[in-house]
Amino acid sequence: MLNLYARRRIINATSLTVSVLAMLFGLFWLGWILFTLLEYGLPGLTAAVFTQNTPPPGSSGGLLNAIAGSLMMTLVGTLIGTPIGILAGTYLAEFGQRGWLAPITRFINDVLLSAPSIVIGMFIYEVYVIRVGHFSGWGGALALSVLVIPVVIRTTESMLRLVPNTMREAAAALGSPQWKVISYVTLRASRAGILTGVLLAVARISGETAPLLFTALNNQFWSSDMNQPMANLPVVIFQFAMSPYDDWHQLAWAGALLITFSVLTLNIVARVLFRQKTATH
Amino acid sequence: MTTENITDPKTIVPKITVKDLNFYYGDDRALKDINLSIAEKMVTAFIGPSGCGKSTLLRTFNRMYQLYPKQKATGEILMDGANILDKEQDLNMLRAKIGMVFQKPTPFPMSIYDNIAFGVKLYENLSKNDMAERVEWALRKAALWTEAKDKLNQSGTSLSGGQQQRLCIARAIAVKPEVLLLDEPTSALDPISTAHIEKLIDELKTDFTIVIVTHNMQQAARVSDFTAFMYLGDLVEFGDTDKMFINPTDKRTEDYITGRYG
Repeated sequence: MLNLYARRRIINATSLTVSVLAMLFGLFWLGWILFTLLEYGLPGLTAAVFTQNTPPPGSSGGLLNAIAGSLMMTLVGTLIGTPIGILAGTYLAEFGQRGWLAPITRFINDVLLSAPSIVIGMFIYEVYVIRVGHFSGWGGALALSVLVIPVVIRTTESMLRLVPNTMREAAAALGSPQWKVISYVTLRASRAGILTGVLLAVARISGETAPLLFTALNNQFWSSDMNQPMANLPVVIFQFAMSPYDDWHQLAWAGALLITFSVLTLNIVARVLFRQKTATH
Repeated sequence: MTTENITDPKTIVPKITVKDLNFYYGDDRALKDINLSIAEKMVTAFIGPSGCGKSTLLRTFNRMYQLYPKQKATGEILMDGANILDKEQDLNMLRAKIGMVFQKPTPFPMSIYDNIAFGVKLYENLSKNDMAERVEWALRKAALWTEAKDKLNQSGTSLSGGQQQRLCIARAIAVKPEVLLLDEPTSALDPISTAHIEKLIDELKTDFTIVIVTHNMQQAARVSDFTAFMYLGDLVEFGDTDKMFINPTDKRTEDYITGRYG
């Protein structure tokens, strides 16, 4: 008896130690990344970053056009991708019990979810950019929306599946047609979860470089014309970090810091939202 | 239940008549040639051990099984002369006449007021005042008005379990159905809430025909006028509740109500 308990205690202590060490190992790199970002990024985070456009070599400037471009393309990409994702996810969760279409869609979506983003950039380059004849903000937004869709489909489906079937039965028992059951009851019951998914999708696309490199490219000047090449933070960071100029390096770090902290904020907001949702149920 | 002949289910007005009903989950036959009548404005209880088919039978009355592709029913269920199982029968209109309350409280993710208005809006276009009146009427009927009247705008999930179940009853009767199906309505509730609901069932039978599934035999004895005992998909015995509990005809009924199995 005693022997058994002693052995369990030892196994418990060992696995706890190993898990904590693994966690610390992971956290260490994350902490290091954040620390380096702050160390190099903070000094560069001046007012000019938000008020001036990206400079030509040898003069000073900021990231205004890149920030604006990133915001616009992320916004448009999310606006295109979210409705498609929510509708498709709703189909999979509410109608996908029978037939062959849903399992295939689910499988393709899983593939899309883990597809390298550079492939998606090339795809949009091929089907949109080449046909239009020039790089553009629309192309960038389109590529980002293709990244948004699978994330939103996946979260919408899994959130709707969390809604107990008795809720659907209760609404149907009142004589409610299925579209009302879905739009007034099940989607409502899972809206916090779905919103969380959308925020996570935004977080995912706001740091994507590869799809924009092939589509929006970059623009050294201020432009709010989505039909023209568009500046954006990831590509600017890529270009500036590779350059031989110190002040460009500085701006790249500031941009990296901006992206990281907006993603971090989005993740925290998503978590808070989701926690509120789970607390009330 | 004053005179002798009223207590016989065969001589009183039937609201629902079930004829040769069979039910299948895929290839599994869950109900076998069921024949019975549900008396109008009375309480009929279905009892029996788990898996006997009592909930399945209840769920054929509003064709709940149609949500699931592999389930099907054959035979006839007549309500006021029309066959419920007929494909021509409009499902939503059927469910307007037959309300249902489930085992677990299922408040919708909306305010208490909207929970009740949701069902009403499916069938009636009421003015704001009329709707408010209807909501109050339903909440009073369900004995929830005094507890809920100051928080009609709060979420339905903010109520306690017993209150949530009464909200679900209010939601079902707000549509003004003729029949109320209760599927183990108190099995997730504490004794006090259970007593509330049982008292409520007694009051509701003046307006509604009530069918209740319960695994609690004392509850069946307390609330129902007629009891059907089911076992392994068969309707073993059906008749006056008092007679069934005092002097059952079938050996299996006797074994069950004396606690030998189930």
